[in-house]
Amino acid sequence: MAKRGAPQRAKSNPIDKGKALEYWKRNIRLILTLLVIWALVSYVAGIILAPVLNNIRLGSLPLGFWFAQQGSMIVFVILIFVYCWRMDKLDKEFDVDE
Amino acid sequence: MSSVELWTYIVVGITFALYIYIGYANRVRDTKGFYVAGQGVPAVANGAATAADWMSAASFISMAGLISFMGFNGTIYLMGWTGGYVLLALLLAPYLRKFGKYTVPDFVGDRYYSQLVRVLAAIATVVISLTYVAGQMRGVGIVFSRFLGVGITTGVVIGMLIVGFFAILGGMKGITWTQVAQYSVLIVAYLIPAFAIGAVLTGNPIPQISFTFSDIIPRLNDLQVTLGFQEYTQPFVGKGMLDVFCVTLALMAGTAGLPHVITRFYTVPNVRAARYSAGWALLFIALLYTTAPAIAAFARYNLINTLDTATVANVEPGDKQDIYILNDANGQEVTWATSWQKTGLLAFVDKNNDGKIAFLPGDAFNGTNFKEPKADTANEAYFDRDIIVLANPEIAKLAPFIIALVAAGGLAAALSTASGLLLAMSSAVSHDIYYRVINPGASEDNRLMAGRIAIGVALIFAGYFGINPPGFVGQVVALAFGLAASSTFPLILLGIFDKRTNSAGATAGIIVGLLFTLLYIVNTNFLKNPPWIAGISGEGIGAIGMVLNLVVTYVVSRITAAPPQDIQDMVESVRVPRGAADAVTAH
Repeated sequence: MAKRGAPQRAKSNPIDKGKALEYWKRNIRLILTLLVIWALVSYVAGIILAPVLNNIRLGSLPLGFWFAQQGSMIVFVILIFVYCWRMDKLDKEFDVDE
Repeated sequence: MSSVELWTYIVVGITFALYIYIGYANRVRDTKGFYVAGQGVPAVANGAATAADWMSAASFISMAGLISFMGFNGTIYLMGWTGGYVLLALLLAPYLRKFGKYTVPDFVGDRYYSQLVRVLAAIATVVISLTYVAGQMRGVGIVFSRFLGVGITTGVVIGMLIVGFFAILGGMKGITWTQVAQYSVLIVAYLIPAFAIGAVLTGNPIPQISFTFSDIIPRLNDLQVTLGFQEYTQPFVGKGMLDVFCVTLALMAGTAGLPHVITRFYTVPNVRAARYSAGWALLFIALLYTTAPAIAAFARYNLINTLDTATVANVEPGDKQDIYILNDANGQEVTWATSWQKTGLLAFVDKNNDGKIAFLPGDAFNGTNFKEPKADTANEAYFDRDIIVLANPEIAKLAPFIIALVAAGGLAAALSTASGLLLAMSSAVSHDIYYRVINPGASEDNRLMAGRIAIGVALIFAGYFGINPPGFVGQVVALAFGLAASSTFPLILLGIFDKRTNSAGATAGIIVGLLFTLLYIVNTNFLKNPPWIAGISGEGIGAIGMVLNLVVTYVVSRITAAPPQDIQDMVESVRVPRGAADAVTAH
């Protein structure tokens, strides 16, 4: 992260078109993977399959209920930090970090 | 003055002094400081500010109560108001930060090279924010009147003066750092009672753990079944699966499209910080949101249990309702029940004269007319949903200091959200409409003054609606999320991810999405007609409006001319993180 007051790089678009396209494709693939998990824990496990999953227990909670009121939110937080971490690596690889 | 009132004056007084000091220390002199806090806010601080901005009086005071009475279906708020941050972090925030200008209308106006779209987005910002802010000022008034015995009008005016001071002087910079302090106050105020109640009830103070692993939920399920309710964990009671699905989706997309939340991501130094601050924001929000369902279940268990073992000791006749004095199993008076009956948030009637209050399915009274018990139900107790959070510390017999902290927390939640909304409205009027459309030649001083005046005017409107709340606040909140889900969210999403989306497509998409959502909500929520699409309520229709918008925008953009080359270049540039700092210097 650029520190406040630190000199900033002047180049505004430092990356050629082919590389930019590849960078964007890799970003899209990561986003789609994470959004599939996002939908699985919330809409699938927490809503559509909740009545079925409720026959299984996690601790003393029915599993569908746990996903709906605890698990989905915990996974949401993890998903965002995983995205940050993977994008840090991708930004470095394509030399577009700041 | 009771010791609770004294403590409340002290705690609220200290927190207000803190907010005023922070606001004064962060006063600004230029528009960049005023609109986006100079874009120097660290990611963690922006996360805390976003969390405070997002969590309103409704999240703090009402949500746990709503869940307590909805059971499983309370998930629409839990997932709906958190899942949107995943969309923000992955799909919107980093690219908007790279774009680098000050507001949502800035982005869509430039991206769709259209002053019409810019003005429409600015108007949507004002409508959405005004809807919200009225509820916040009302929340301030209610906390003042319940905890400090001050009238609602006086409470609202005090709240207006405090917010006005740091928002007008400090703009976004003052608001940001005040919100960081407000987040700290509200989260402590929320967690301490939750820890205490969990420890008393289950022996484990961590709410998320005791909720999942103690036997409280199985016991609550058994109690519910004995009393004739469905199990607490039973899905889709009173709200079908399709509706739960749609409401959750509409709230998620709506969250990601709310202007006052999006604007927060312009305040960080670069794209990387925008991503991380979305993560911090959701972590801070999830601390409260994973605690709320535990409080909901614990409080419901406590309430049912208390009433089950209590006996009626005396009845004092009153004008609006009779006050029932209850004694617990040890013959001690249940004091919280007495004091909350006096506020009108709790009411009992012993229909069968058995000397006990039975909490059973159905309404106890005709609405909130506590002199008219409903004859065809056996239920003898009425609870306002807000009681779950507000009375919880008393029910769990916590010290007066903790009760005072809850009052300060409720005020922090309301004031932080109000200030963010005021800034969003002010920048829509003074930056997007005045500077970008009416008077592009305005000087820096002139624009700063316009921003300050706009906040002042918005504050007066907010205060007016706080003192004289329109009767349709509940319906309008559905409208705000519906509007954001069916307009702002698809507009920004396609603007970034589909280079081919052009002005004609975006305009057509907005018109179709908005009109459909608006008419549907007017039909179901205002005219009270049955919904057009089976089982989907007005709260959930934004999900369908969003899909319509996306489809129409995509199709119309494909059959009309591609956007100009410079716009396509701009889209390519927002997709690459490096250079976010320069984009601003150029602006």
